[in-house]
Amino acid sequence: MLLLEKLVSASGVSGNEDEVRSLLKSELEKKDTGYRVDTLGNILVENPEVEQQGPPRLLLAAHMDEVGLMVTSIEDGGFLRFDKVGGIDDRVLVSRKVLVGSKKTPGVIGSKAVHLQKPEERKKNLRAEDLYIDIGVKGKEEAKKYVQTGDYVSFYSPLQELGHSCYKGKAFDDRAGCAILWELLNEGRLPPFHAAFTVQEEVGLRGALVVGNALDLDMALIVETTSASDVPGSKEHEQVSRLGAGPVLSIMDASVVVDKGMLDTLIRVAEENEIPYQFRGFNGGGTDAGALSLSRAGVKTAVVSVPARYIHSPCSIINREDLHYTRKLVELFVKEVKGKK
Amino acid sequence: MEKLLKELTAAYGPAGHEEEIREVIEEQVKDYVDSCYTDTLGNLIAVREGAGPRLMVAAHMDELGLMVTHVDENGFLRIARVGGVVPHILVGQRFVFSNGTAGTINHEKIDELKELEWSKLYLDIGCSSREEAVEKVNVGDVAVYDQEFKNLGQRYLGKSMDDRVGCAVLVETIKRLPRQLPQEVIFVFTVQEELGLRGARTAGYALEPSYAVAVDVTRVGDTPESLVMDVSLGKGPAVKIKDSSLITHHGVREIMFSLAEKNGVEYQREVLERGGTDAGSIQLTREGVPSGVLSIPCRYVHTPSEIVDKGDVENAVNLLEQLCLYPWKEV
Repeated sequence: MLLLEKLVSASGVSGNEDEVRSLLKSELEKKDTGYRVDTLGNILVENPEVEQQGPPRLLLAAHMDEVGLMVTSIEDGGFLRFDKVGGIDDRVLVSRKVLVGSKKTPGVIGSKAVHLQKPEERKKNLRAEDLYIDIGVKGKEEAKKYVQTGDYVSFYSPLQELGHSCYKGKAFDDRAGCAILWELLNEGRLPPFHAAFTVQEEVGLRGALVVGNALDLDMALIVETTSASDVPGSKEHEQVSRLGAGPVLSIMDASVVVDKGMLDTLIRVAEENEIPYQFRGFNGGGTDAGALSLSRAGVKTAVVSVPARYIHSPCSIINREDLHYTRKLVELFVKEVKGKK
Repeated sequence: MEKLLKELTAAYGPAGHEEEIREVIEEQVKDYVDSCYTDTLGNLIAVREGAGPRLMVAAHMDELGLMVTHVDENGFLRIARVGGVVPHILVGQRFVFSNGTAGTINHEKIDELKELEWSKLYLDIGCSSREEAVEKVNVGDVAVYDQEFKNLGQRYLGKSMDDRVGCAVLVETIKRLPRQLPQEVIFVFTVQEELGLRGARTAGYALEPSYAVAVDVTRVGDTPESLVMDVSLGKGPAVKIKDSSLITHHGVREIMFSLAEKNGVEYQREVLERGGTDAGSIQLTREGVPSGVLSIPCRYVHTPSEIVDKGDVENAVNLLEQLCLYPWKEV
């Protein structure tokens, strides 16, 4: 099985990244790659040679967490009320299959059936607070055997191939980045950078904040996933990025202004190696780059993303070529800035 | 002062692209300080050496702008804001890029002003095709307000008084300071203030100041039917008590009040309900830094036409000079 498939099958809603972390840890252990897990749960793969080699002391980072839900109460009828963890559009929730808690109890997000809704209710969008999770139990007591308040809920959405070149699944944001980072770490000799698999990005770039405090860095490259909005109803100038058009280079977002030197290097490396690339046509949103760039006395940062349609929903779509080219661009960027050491 | 302020407001320097304004300021101050350098994020740091504690004085170099997000086949540019720019003041405004390319903002058809949102705005740089446009500017390039500096008599009118007037106050103070200071004073011209007080944060970390004072503009409540605010143009610089980013350190604030009173500098007490300054991020670096803010009252902040008062600017220099000469020991 592909590592990416294993990674997206794992549940890892922000603050509950254990499954993803265990998976990555066991993959790292297979290759005897040294790592440590910090207080918040970030995995740090520190290469002692980075300090000896001198500047730029480079970090590559991808976040392990995904958006999801959390159980806030169990009703007498056994239905679960929930809150969102991370940015999810309420309208993608209804009728989704979910897994609740560490026992992965299956459930379905339900709402009042359409024939029971009043005419005015039918016109309104269903909000998260109108919805509940149905785990097929008779009442609160039975529900408590399977779940409890505070349990994390993740979408159930196995990886599938779509067409000849695409994958459908959940949590490509940012397991795609994790998979790329892992592959780069896994190429024989430990590459000339530190790597971090971070936690709690979706709830405010939290893991990256402490990673930035822990490491003395000159430069950080974030491997991310960003929204591809080349879909019906979206005008060309409203599109953040396009599927199949190659890795997405951020210029600025709400969290960071990308370092111009790093951006120029990424563009040059892409052009010299015939790697297609695109610019992120949107300056909102944030990534771990925001937290890392402001750590200590400041760190130069850039963001390279795999484009994904329907991001932050249970069914997002990525393109294999984009994945391949993103990895290639990151790999060649490292070679370039580290002087092919 | 007028010549300096005119030069500083004219320099290009949107948040994240402060190279040009940095060069202008460096040229102004380098002969008056012991050392001058640029850090990782691009802050310009000008050091006046001295024994004793370290006072950090900060003003931000960056200004607002618009970033190109897309170039369409007819040569029109789509844009996103860099900093707190609002759509309704943009229509009809001229903008200019770092390479001199100019253009004007207009919008797709709308029925009511409230429909004016970012996706409806575009920048017309006078090109008729994508090919022609990308010869001049491309996605990621940032344009700033294209507005001339005017002397209105007792007041100055221009773009980016926020915070080039603060930069001018620092530059002028640096030039007036005597050879011997009772402490080390580090003047920091910061980057990316408009995007969230970013440059000040990393500079604050690196410099480990004992105290910090930010110099920035503040809003006023003296225009027709304005929001209530107890600061007016022409009644002297303001000593900040609170804004959304910080409650100024009591001791630092008291020193500012007493120095103003002792030296006959007219000043105002400022409580700003919304808005932040570099001092907000400096005070939270490392183990905390006692911080205050010297504000210059400014009308129409963040529009292409900001107004400041000559006397307020002059008195801000006077007070900042006293702050640098004051022997900072215990607050």
